[in-house]
Amino acid sequence: MTVRRWVVWGLVAAVPLAFLGLFFALPTGTLIARGFSTDGALDLSGFGEVFGRPRTWRIVGLTFLQAGLGTALAVGFGIPGAYVLYRRRFRGQWLARALVTVPFVLPTVVVGVAFRSLLAAGGPLGGLHLDGTLVAIVAALVFFNYSVVVRTVGGFWAHLDPRAEQAARVLGAPPWRAFVSVTLPALAPAVTAAASIVFLFCATAFGVVLILGGLRFGTIETEIWIQTTQFLNLRAASVLSVVQLAVVAVVLGVSGAARRRRERALHLTAVEGARERLGRGDWLPAAVTGVFVLVLLMLPMLSLVVRSLQTADGWGLQNYANLATTGGRGVLNATVWAALGNSVRTAVLATVIALVVGVLVALVVSRHPRSRSGRRAIETLDAVFMLPLGVSAVTVGFGFLIALHRPLGLNLDLRTWSGLVPVAQAVVAAPLVVRTLLPVLRAIDPRLRQAAAVLGAGPWRVFAAVDLAMVRRALGLAIGFAFAVSLGEFGATSFLARPDRPTLPIVIYRLIGRPGAENLGMALAASVVLAALTAGVMMLAERWRPASAMGEL
Amino acid sequence: MTTTARGLEVRDLVVEYEADGISLPAVDGVSFQVAPGEVLALLGPSGCGKSTLLRAIAGLEHLVRGIVSWDGSDLAAVPVHRRGFGLMFQDGQLFPHRDVAGNVAFGLQMTGVPVADRKPRVAELLEMVGLAGFGSRQVATLSGGERQRVALARSLAPTPRLLLLDEPLSALDRALREQLAEDLARVLRETHTTAVFVTHDQDEAFTVADRIGVMMSGKLVQVGTATELRAEGIDRAVRAFLGD
Repeated sequence: MTVRRWVVWGLVAAVPLAFLGLFFALPTGTLIARGFSTDGALDLSGFGEVFGRPRTWRIVGLTFLQAGLGTALAVGFGIPGAYVLYRRRFRGQWLARALVTVPFVLPTVVVGVAFRSLLAAGGPLGGLHLDGTLVAIVAALVFFNYSVVVRTVGGFWAHLDPRAEQAARVLGAPPWRAFVSVTLPALAPAVTAAASIVFLFCATAFGVVLILGGLRFGTIETEIWIQTTQFLNLRAASVLSVVQLAVVAVVLGVSGAARRRRERALHLTAVEGARERLGRGDWLPAAVTGVFVLVLLMLPMLSLVVRSLQTADGWGLQNYANLATTGGRGVLNATVWAALGNSVRTAVLATVIALVVGVLVALVVSRHPRSRSGRRAIETLDAVFMLPLGVSAVTVGFGFLIALHRPLGLNLDLRTWSGLVPVAQAVVAAPLVVRTLLPVLRAIDPRLRQAAAVLGAGPWRVFAAVDLAMVRRALGLAIGFAFAVSLGEFGATSFLARPDRPTLPIVIYRLIGRPGAENLGMALAASVVLAALTAGVMMLAERWRPASAMGEL
Repeated sequence: MTTTARGLEVRDLVVEYEADGISLPAVDGVSFQVAPGEVLALLGPSGCGKSTLLRAIAGLEHLVRGIVSWDGSDLAAVPVHRRGFGLMFQDGQLFPHRDVAGNVAFGLQMTGVPVADRKPRVAELLEMVGLAGFGSRQVATLSGGERQRVALARSLAPTPRLLLLDEPLSALDRALREQLAEDLARVLRETHTTAVFVTHDQDEAFTVADRIGVMMSGKLVQVGTATELRAEGIDRAVRAFLGD
């Protein structure tokens, strides 16, 4: 590696580093500092005060309880799902795979509203009195994260060499025995990786919990929001943010270790093996998956669509027509369509930013420098760039709020800057872009680059002909993820959106929190619109996905 | 440092690899020459350092000591992509995002051959390796043997002054290997290509090469034509490995 290449790659790394330094490290750093100090002096009394309240312990306990239950159920249902959808084949499988994928990218407020529409009094399952219970919250968390397990484990399973299991069968093991003693241990790294990422998503869940939890249930996330916006207790919010950061750091550590093990796993075949037809012997996983998809995944969405068509006088499109208004008794500052416009504009900007940052990060982190110091630098950068993936959107939003007033002592107030919301959404979306592109780049055999070099391509032409070409193939999916995430982003945006320019998720949350059948109807209709838009974007992105890419999400 | 030799000269070459923090020699003081138009096979068991030696000639390995030169000029300061050598890998390493013609044309593109001249050259090469009309096929749809044929065409397209072949046939089954070894020998002769061919298969080496160098534990223990090697008898340790 020549000095010139070091300089060039240093500059490439500097762009995302500067971005994350200003919009991630600075806000979270300010948050932590505020939790530990008063007027510049070390002061831990904030911790004593916050942890002296039984309420805090209840919230922390609930966070772990919900995340634990959500993870266990998502993994429990996800493994049979991965088997049916990725290890077997059947007619219409692509549709089933797409159906399972959609919930993950659905905006949290939409899912919250969908479950409310199903479980609240007057809904199809209203008789079960599950609205505002732990069951409802956990069901919604499983709804979201099922696809994470299915896709992570399924993608791995599809590439697992089936001959190890066949060897066990030939040696006399019945199917379940071969599964438990051979296949399951081989899947362990993928299951661990999926479980830790799902635990992270559950523990940092915000929108669904806020909508479904009512006053009785919450997580550290919702508590930060409540302390900030309802009680104006920034100190308590800062302390809770520090707690949240600690939880996230631990889970990320576990997940990182699992990921490294998975990347090291050697039982994988380069291509997907031929899959057997779904047969009679598969009745148990097939039945579990079928029931799960129908009841837990389809029912809430169907209920949402059906109830959005229900009006005061029978069926009709009145709720959709009302989207051009500002709601019953004018609860909104803008019409829902105007909010949709804001959302799309913001999401486009956020996607562009997330893409620039994410592509640069992925390219830098996928280098294989020869020197040991170079490799260590890459490992450090990898860890640094992944932090925002775990840190909750609420922490980002809250951090912006307190840090960007006179940032670094400069006399300017970034809190009123119109680019703030897109930037916050980009901070949330960029790690997803990296995680989509990185496996594709890391899977490039270094000899492919050498082949190009031997054929006369200089370092930069090798880079263009191999690395950039590969990135381009996975770019569609990355764009889809970034756009969908930005479109539905609620945690950070709820702190930062200006009252006169709300985004669609903000408007939906406001509508569902107000009384009146008209407002509820509008919330349902707006949720359908947002869900359709997000799902449409993801379907388009999926088509652009290369067959060989083994993404992580 | 210069010499007067024509073609490839490797002198006192040492390449090390690292295992558990200790540096061990993979190639240990190897010297040989390959004249223009000649095909040299490097024969030896796996792990004897023959592939590392090949990669060192291509410029892909760091040299601890020694010289690789072409027509008397040292290549130490010449980066991989300016050496004008070709390298064919065991598993082809075709570019998955380009079709067959796009793969074969890659080297031509890099050396600045005009678009109009690339097409006939690509067709000519595909014909030579027995894949006429395969230009628009996706590489994912090719069989193992077809892939290696495309890899050979791709390596030969920019008319490299030296072609390095790293066990190009080892991943194929026996019948195909014998067939391809003969095709390879024919193509190298027809194109008067200077080549170094790494293999662990004695028959393959005898079929393809003019001279054979036998490698053991990082050292070149014998060099000679097939007849010479048969006459003087192959080194005992090598014979044990080759199963004679």
